[in-house]
Order: sequence, then structure tokens, then C-alpha cells
Amino acid sequence: MSVAVYTGPFGHRQAERLLWRAGFGPRQGEVDALAKLGLDGAVRSLTRPGPEKLVGPKPGDDKGRPIAPGDAWGHDHLWWLDRMARTSRPLVERMTLVWHDWFATSVDGVGSQKLMLDQNRLLRRLALGSFATMVREVTRDPAMLLWLSGTENSKSSPNENYARELMELFTLGAGRGYTERDVREQARALTGFASDWRRGAGSVNFRFERDRHDSGMKRVFGASGRFDWEDSVQLCLRHPSHASFFVEKLWGYFVPSAPDPATRRLLERMYRSDFQIRPVVEAILRHPVLYTGPRMVKPPAVFNAGLLRARGRGIDTLAWAWLSGESGQRLFRPPNVSGWDDERWLDTATFRGRWQVANYASRPYSLTDKQAASLPSEPKALVAEAIAFWGSPTLRPETRAALVAFARRAMADADAKWKRTSYRFLTANALRQLVVMSPDYQTS
Amino acid sequence: MARCCSDFSRTELVRRAAVEAGRGLPAIEPGMPMPAGTGLDRRSFLARTAGLALAVYGGSSLLPRALEEGIAAAAAAGPQRVLVSVFLDGGADSLSMLFPSGDPLYRRLRPRLALPASAGRPFAEDERLRWHPSLGSLATLHGEGKVTVLPGVGYAGPDQSHFTSRHFWEVGATSEQLRTGWLGRYLDRAGSADNPLQGLSLESRLQPALATAKMPVASIDGPDRYDFWTRNVWGEVETRMLDAIGSLGAIPAGGDPALAQATGAARQAARLREQLRPFTPQDDKPGFTSPVAYPTSEDDEFPRRLAGLAAMLGAGLPVRVVALNAPGMYDTHDDQPQELANGLELTADSLLAFQRDLEARGLSERVLVHVWSEFGRRAKENGSNGTDHGAAGTGFLIGARASGTMIGEFPGLASLDRDGNLRATSDFRGLYSALLEDWLGADAEAIIPGARSFARPRVVK
Repeated sequence: MSVAVYTGPFGHRQAERLLWRAGFGPRQGEVDALAKLGLDGAVRSLTRPGPEKLVGPKPGDDKGRPIAPGDAWGHDHLWWLDRMARTSRPLVERMTLVWHDWFATSVDGVGSQKLMLDQNRLLRRLALGSFATMVREVTRDPAMLLWLSGTENSKSSPNENYARELMELFTLGAGRGYTERDVREQARALTGFASDWRRGAGSVNFRFERDRHDSGMKRVFGASGRFDWEDSVQLCLRHPSHASFFVEKLWGYFVPSAPDPATRRLLERMYRSDFQIRPVVEAILRHPVLYTGPRMVKPPAVFNAGLLRARGRGIDTLAWAWLSGESGQRLFRPPNVSGWDDERWLDTATFRGRWQVANYASRPYSLTDKQAASLPSEPKALVAEAIAFWGSPTLRPETRAALVAFARRAMADADAKWKRTSYRFLTANALRQLVVMSPDYQTS
Repeated sequence: MARCCSDFSRTELVRRAAVEAGRGLPAIEPGMPMPAGTGLDRRSFLARTAGLALAVYGGSSLLPRALEEGIAAAAAAGPQRVLVSVFLDGGADSLSMLFPSGDPLYRRLRPRLALPASAGRPFAEDERLRWHPSLGSLATLHGEGKVTVLPGVGYAGPDQSHFTSRHFWEVGATSEQLRTGWLGRYLDRAGSADNPLQGLSLESRLQPALATAKMPVASIDGPDRYDFWTRNVWGEVETRMLDAIGSLGAIPAGGDPALAQATGAARQAARLREQLRPFTPQDDKPGFTSPVAYPTSEDDEFPRRLAGLAAMLGAGLPVRVVALNAPGMYDTHDDQPQELANGLELTADSLLAFQRDLEARGLSERVLVHVWSEFGRRAKENGSNGTDHGAAGTGFLIGARASGTMIGEFPGLASLDRDGNLRATSDFRGLYSALLEDWLGADAEAIIPGARSFARPRVVK
């Protein structure tokens, strides 16, 4: 028995959803190109892409100067958003975002954008590789060592911070087969990391120091040994709760409803053999429920990158950094170590944040009196213009009808000659805003 | 006496406004400046509240009728009590907030972190304890009988995961399965279907304690910052566009939860924008002003949010339960002293200013603040000049009507649990039940699972 595969038609709609779930939405023409590949070809083009190409204008600040992601405030966010918007390997980038949420580390605690970027490169390099390698590397990653007190954890003064989250958030799940004693013993196993503080450079020289490591006997999950940090990671990966934790958590990034028991078991078996991420992701992306099941709200960073991709626009303003906070997802600054709450992306505050993002995204193309004469005055034609502006995303008929009703009312207000021209561009600008703020576009 | 009368007249004004507008009062043109700001005298608030209803009616004939009715109904219900939940994120160290200064065990468990024996002010209800030097503002309010201290609040079988324990507190039960917050369930029973302001998250994100199953709730950064400015869209078209947000929010979601979330956000955003329109800054005038000074700091979001909340309450907006995070980071595994002192000081000073603001506005009898954290910290310090996760923590109730008498006692260091943590001497579910019953007038047994089994502390006087 193998995992169920979607066998329905793979056309425009399916390709559009796949590009949003496994990437950052389409650039102009990408949906149809992907649909032509069929399901298998489309999935493989995402999971086994060629070398990365960054397409489009290079990122810059509001004055066109190159960005400084390691140093300048907000430029870390710009740097990553640029990759999301310009990459030819959207799934690799999307998986990097998944791992950033999974091993959620914040520059607020790390205090160094450079170390955050190093961690980001690590997550990207291993994005579709081995999860065993991933946990191992994350455990000794300098940003993580600072974030969860890894370098503070020594033989003479154990610190439980990383040990607890390693099990609770990264590999096993809360209350799934470990005790408070396991937390303390794992903390002992994880002792030994150190770094130096150098004035002007911050934390440097990250290393493992045998003297700081507690080499005594530990008892973890009922097993005894002189465990060290690598054993600690292995114990978590071999724990009976790990595979199901991994599969369900990973599944949840692509499909909003839980996998059925048979699918979960099959995915666990597939994963358990060698901890490879790619085959599990491929199986999820080919699963029927991804194409026939309920929608998902697009995460704010995905929404923002998607608007840029739709317009082929590069990073040319720092506004994206502060707007990301308003819409609820500042990259490199998750709210805490459990990552973002992706079941509640939209509320009245983040809705307004997204409104601002959409407003900034269409800003350079904003229509004025100058273009008014060349715009249609017919409401349906105005709606069609606004949808085409964003690369023709699929909208439900009732949503289209609401937009037409708005355009009709707005144009009906034009009771003077000057209004009959001006209201075309005012209405067209408003429609561009409303198209991407519609429930249809906010979800995929 | 005076309060009763002005409330009456406010209700009448709002009613009359809606009724007369319904008969066709002269329309207020779009773009006509709204009366801005609070920080005015009480009469101005009344006029402005009425102005809101008028402007809504006159501004557009397309707005749902329910809007004016909702505002009128909420105002007609009279001033209601308000509960504000303030969260110290990360597990605040109870052995620092009120510390057992003379206990030799304290100095043995905390050789580096113990506060000096003479630091801070003495705690009048328990001579063993002193206030953290940064909590002077709370000590002041306590001296006025406006602070109820919970020196060991928690639950049996404490969970030391931030997320699990915080979740328990947010949902009001030691259950991982509950998906609605305890304040959300209160609103599901006592709230209304057309008033997002009733559950107000003063954050850029929804506070989970406010998560409802049915009723709308809102999150805003501040009452004066809720606009939908759009480049090159203005005048009548802008008004139509803003109405269209509500129309998008009215499209049926067909049972799809993500679509329901997106339409709900659109619908509530449209509604909230109307409710907050009086706070929109006009012609460089701020959306509101405060009668007292709030602390200023680099991280001034918390005092600004409290100031905005007081202004909203002063304007008679129908706010019932509010949740927000305190400033500071309380997960002090490393370098605890400075981090903790900074957070506590800004929190306490802001809460004092908020209390004085409410007193100046004549609102202090109506508002109770609850300060909590997901747990306290380990009694024994760790080796990084910090403390690891613990169990029982310290909580506060602040307000003119707070009982002012300690709930539970300081658990002491001689009887730590097997993990070396403080034992709980009061249960958060009993506290919630008492707040629901005695402050909000609700049926706790319908909101807190197993409420019957928890003793109710005295929370108000």
C-alpha cells in the first residue's frame, strides 16, 4: 500500500493552488506553464529544481542603494523577502520558511542579524534533505545556541532551555512521552557548548568544550549512558513519538486538515527509514486532499512575496520590514520559540496590516487623472482590469459580483462631468486593493 | 448621582440621534470633520458619542442598519464593567516580585540573584516579603487598598512548558483540547453579534484568551491608528470602497474555515473602523489625549495602549474584556536582574498611570486589571545568572474595586515540590470563576470547566 495520489484533472486551478501552497504564488504565466507538466511533473519541478536563479531587479532600499542584511535594521527581512519574490526554486524557499517556524529563532534574543542569516543559510541548505542532519546542525547552530541558552548550559550550571524545546517543539511534542526528569537529564547531555564575547563583534568562537560537558551517566527515556549532545539528538529521533510528530507537523504546513490514519502511518513509515524530508513533502504535494480539501490562509510573508511576484517587482523600499510587523509575520522575529500561530493569521489588526501591504505593493502603478481617459467606465471591465493587474487570480463568481456591485455604485456616484472621468481611476485603484483583500485571494 | 444622570443623557442622546437620523436628518457630507479626540470634558464625550451615530447615518446610506442599532443598544445597556488582562510573557519570577527578604533559604537558593534585604518596600500583608524595587508603583496602589496580591497562584500538576501552561491559563482549564479562550467563552454567552470592540486585543495579534466561537472580537494597535488609507482613492469612491470591505466580509464561506476566517476579518475590520472613527487624528490633532502623564520609554507601546484604552472607555465605547501583553521578557534563563527590573518597572509605572487616568475620568469603579504569567520560576537559581521554569507564580488584581486583600498565602521555600518549585496556594480557575461571577456577573459554571470544584476567592470589595 502506498500514499494516495490525486488523480483528478490537473489544470489551472490545481497548479495555482500548488504554487501558493508550495511557494509564493505565480509570476505572470507560471500557472499555465506548471499545469502543462501534469501533477507528477509539476511536483518534481518544485521538489527537484535546477540551480537557483534570482529573476528580476536586485534588491535596494528607498534610495536604490544595495541592502545590508547583516547590519541595517529591517534589511534582513528585505533580503529574505527578495529571495521569496525572485527565486526560481520556490519550494526550497518555502521549506526554509517552514524550518524557520519549526526551529523558531528570533533576532530579538540572538542579537545578531549575521548569525540569523547563517542559520537561514543552514535551513535552506538542508531544506529538503535529512531531518536528522537538520536537528544535529540546528543544535550547534550559533544563533540557536544563543537563543535557547545553549552556551549557558554547562556541567557546573545546567540550563534546561534547549533540552525542553528540543523535545517539546522540535522532535516529540508536548506531553508525548517524556518527563521533567528527562528534561533535566537531556540538559546535562547537552552541556559543553561555549562561545567568547568580543567587544564590537559580539559572540564569536562557538565551540564544544569537553571541560564544560557533564560526562557522567544520564538516564533518558529509560535508557542509561554517558550521553552527549549528539546522543541527545539521536535519542529524540529514535523516540517512538518522533515520526508521528514530524509527519503531522510537516503535513500541517501544506494541508489544514489532519491526515487520515492510513496516510499518517504510511508517511511515518516512509520517513522513519532514513529521516529524509523530500519524499514526505512529495507525497503530501501529490495527495488528493491538497487539491480537493479546504483552503488555507496565506501566511503574511507569502502574501507579500506573492504580490511582488505577480507584478514582477523587486525590493525597492524598507516599508516591507515595518509592514511585516503590522500584518503579523516579521521574518527573523517569530513571536516565540513555538513560531507563528498559523491558525489565526487574520484578525482586525492583521487585516489592516495586509491592507497596507497591498497598498504599498500597487503604489508605483497607482493610476491618476493622466490614465483616466484610457480606462473603461463600464463596471465589469474595471473589475477585469483589476484582476488582470494581479495576474488573473481565480475568484469565485460571488466575489466577482461583489466587486462589480462596488464598481457600479462608485461609478453611479459620478454626477458631474469631472467625476465621470476621475471616478474611473479612483475606482480602478480601489478595485486593485479589493481584489487582493478579498477572502478568495487571502486564501489558497 | 451625577454619573447616573450623565449616563442617562448619553443613552438618550444616542437614541435620539439614531431615531432622528432615521427620519432623515440632514446628511453629514463625507469628509466633514468628525469631532476628534477624548481628553475633553465629559460633556464633549457625550456629544461625540452622539456624533458618531449621526455621522454613520449621514455618511452613507449603505451601511448596515445594525451598526447604529448596535451602538445605541450597547450605549443603552449603560456603562458596564471592564476586565483587562495583562500577561507577563515567559514566566515571571515570583521570588523577585515579592521576595522573602529575611529568609536564609532564599539567600541559599539564590546566592547571586537574591535581592538586598533592604531593597524595595515592605509588603504590609506579610512581613516576610518585600516588593521588588521596580514595583514601587504597585506598592503605592497596594497602600491605597487597590491591589489584591496572589502570591502563589497556579494549579495542581503544574506543566513547565511555556506553551502548555500559557494555553491552560488562556483557555481557563488544564486542557490541551479547548480552542476558545475563557474570556472568549464569556463573550460567546454575554456578548453581541455586532460589536467587535466587546473583546479587545490591544496587540497587533489576537490574544488567545479572547478567542471566541461565535462572537466578533477585535485587535488593534491603538484606537487612533485604525484607518484604511489607500493611494489615489478618496471622496465618495473611498467611502464606497470602505463599505465594500464589509460586502466582501458578507460573502458566504460555504463551510470553509479559512474562507470563514478571511471573511470574518473583513467584516469585523469594516465594523471596527466605524466604531473607532471618532479617534482618527484630524488636521494634526491627535486622536485622543490623556489627563495624566504616562511613562515614556523607547518601548512605549504598553503605556500608549493603556492610554488609548482609557480614552476609548472615556468615550463610552462598548468595551467589555481586554487583553494585552506587558512590556518586558520574563523568560529569564540568563542575566535575569536587569531584564526583569526593566520589564517590571515599565509595567508597574504604566499600570499606575492607567489607574490615575481612570480616576481622573471617573471610570475607576468600572475597571479591574488582572496581571498574570504562565508560571513562576524555579526557586534555585541556575548557573547563568538566571532561573529556569517553575510552578506557582504571582498575580495581581488592580482597581478601585479590587478587594485589596491577599488571595492565598506566600507558599514559602521550606515546602517546595519535588521539582524544587513553589507550590500553588490558589487556583487560577477559582480566580477566573470569581471574576466571572462577582465582577462580570456571569455564570462561571457555563464557562470554566469544573468550576464547581474550585473555591472562589474574594476579588472585589
